Amino acid sequence: MRVGIVCPYDWVAPGGVKAHVKDLAEELIASGHEVSVLAPGEQDDIEEPYVVAAGKPVNVPYNGSVARINIGLVSLRRVRKWIQRGEFDVVHVHQPSSPSLAMLACWAADGPLVGTWHMSQEHSRALKGLYLPLQTVLEKISGRIAVSEKARQTLVEHLGGDAVVIPNGVVCRNFAEGEPLPGYPREAPTILFLGRIDEDRKGLQYLLPAMSELIEQHPDIELLVAGPGDQEKASEGIDRRVLEHVKFLGMISEADKISAFKSADVYIAPNNGGESFGIVLLEAMSAGTPVLASDIEAFQRVLLEGKAGALFANEDPHSLAVELDKLLRDKPEQERLSEVGYERALEFDWSSVAREVERVYEAVTIPGVKVEADMSGQIFGRFG
Amino acid sequence: MMWWIILAVILAVIIAIYLASTAGRLDRLHKRVDTGLLALDVQLRRRAQVAEELATSGLLDPGTCIVLGQGAENALADERDPVDRALVESDLSGVLDAVFGTREEVDALIELDGGQRFADQLSGAVHRVELSRRFYNDSVRACRAVRRQRLARWLGLAGHTALPRMCEMDDRIPAGFEGR
Repeated sequence: MRVGIVCPYDWVAPGGVKAHVKDLAEELIASGHEVSVLAPGEQDDIEEPYVVAAGKPVNVPYNGSVARINIGLVSLRRVRKWIQRGEFDVVHVHQPSSPSLAMLACWAADGPLVGTWHMSQEHSRALKGLYLPLQTVLEKISGRIAVSEKARQTLVEHLGGDAVVIPNGVVCRNFAEGEPLPGYPREAPTILFLGRIDEDRKGLQYLLPAMSELIEQHPDIELLVAGPGDQEKASEGIDRRVLEHVKFLGMISEADKISAFKSADVYIAPNNGGESFGIVLLEAMSAGTPVLASDIEAFQRVLLEGKAGALFANEDPHSLAVELDKLLRDKPEQERLSEVGYERALEFDWSSVAREVERVYEAVTIPGVKVEADMSGQIFGRFG
Repeated sequence: MMWWIILAVILAVIIAIYLASTAGRLDRLHKRVDTGLLALDVQLRRRAQVAEELATSGLLDPGTCIVLGQGAENALADERDPVDRALVESDLSGVLDAVFGTREEVDALIELDGGQRFADQLSGAVHRVELSRRFYNDSVRACRAVRRQRLARWLGLAGHTALPRMCEMDDRIPAGFEGR
């Protein structure tokens, strides 16, 4: 099958959706499909032979933050050309509800379309005003996929209709095979936090206060904090004694992320919601690192209500400290969670996830029918 | 006087834009419904073909051969579109569920020489039928929602195209194939 995939975000910048697209494309290629990925970026910066660059993205203020996206008529022309040359049996767009290359591709394509909704982001008020043109774009998608039950609910609420839930995949073997960082694992307990350090929903603000309780019980504990963000701001108001036990690694590469998992005794995910799936949890579990996570719905599901990883009360530093202390003292429990967690992660391995996506492709395609470029204007319909 | 004319022109333009955009939208939605129905047809035919091949492969016991073969043949012989032949296809779903209602039954098939291929094909087919029907019905719902709009109805924007129909069908995944 000839598959065209559209990635909405910059190919050279790390990110969840981009990683998803990359893993999916490579898994599909491995099982014999011809895949072309259209992504923002410059061709010279891109190593993967299956990626077609759509040009440099521009910075646009959108929804209170700055989005790096491709919009405009030049991008639209590139998308059309890609579709015309590709002769795809199906075009798969990611995150088509936000203004991006994916939305343009939807606009420019005519034929079997599949869309994946990643985040359970709320639509802004402004977007509701633009509902009609957006809807005409989204209505062309015949197979809708949501990566989580929550993402599906948001999608159904805003657009009506139905969607299939296919979770994110993890390339388990990449994480299983990594080596720890130099100097690790240590004798004393090491715990790990991953994610933007100055973003509230990642939850570092619950973990740091919990540390002040933990250093009493575990005087040699070390917290590795890996992720971009303003270190000053994140450590504001935190006891100096606590900060002595914290090692900020800054933004780390994919390879170092795997090593960081291998270096830690426990991976902590204190996210307070908004996280629609929790792929990082599965990555930690693939690496065999026991997980302690907040008891938000998505995490409960991934961790099988606590069977495949430990949980603490969301937004409660004291509960975090208590549960972490318990887990750090219980080596056999750590080993058990490592094993059960790995088994659970295997269920989300890309090979099985990609097969489900393939089924969706097959369910919307018709032999002999290709995706064509839609040349007519669309907000105003087709005259005549 | 002049103002009235300007107002009337503006109003006319707004109405024209609405009509053109809704007509375009309906056109696209009908196309999606048609494609969806064709895709569902393809998947149902594939499922019936695999079922028939399996029934005539000699791998199964004679009892299963007969019910499965008959169910598949009935579905294949029916030339109506999937919405009209939903009952016949539902019967085939029932047969498949009865035959492969347990994991042991599927495992037993896999152990046979050539059984793995049939199990894979059939599992893929039943899952794809379920997806296709969901996607088709979703397109019907979207299309009908626009056709229900008052202006679209009064002005006959959909032309003579028949109102698309939901496909009501039993397409349950046989328990033996769940999660495979």
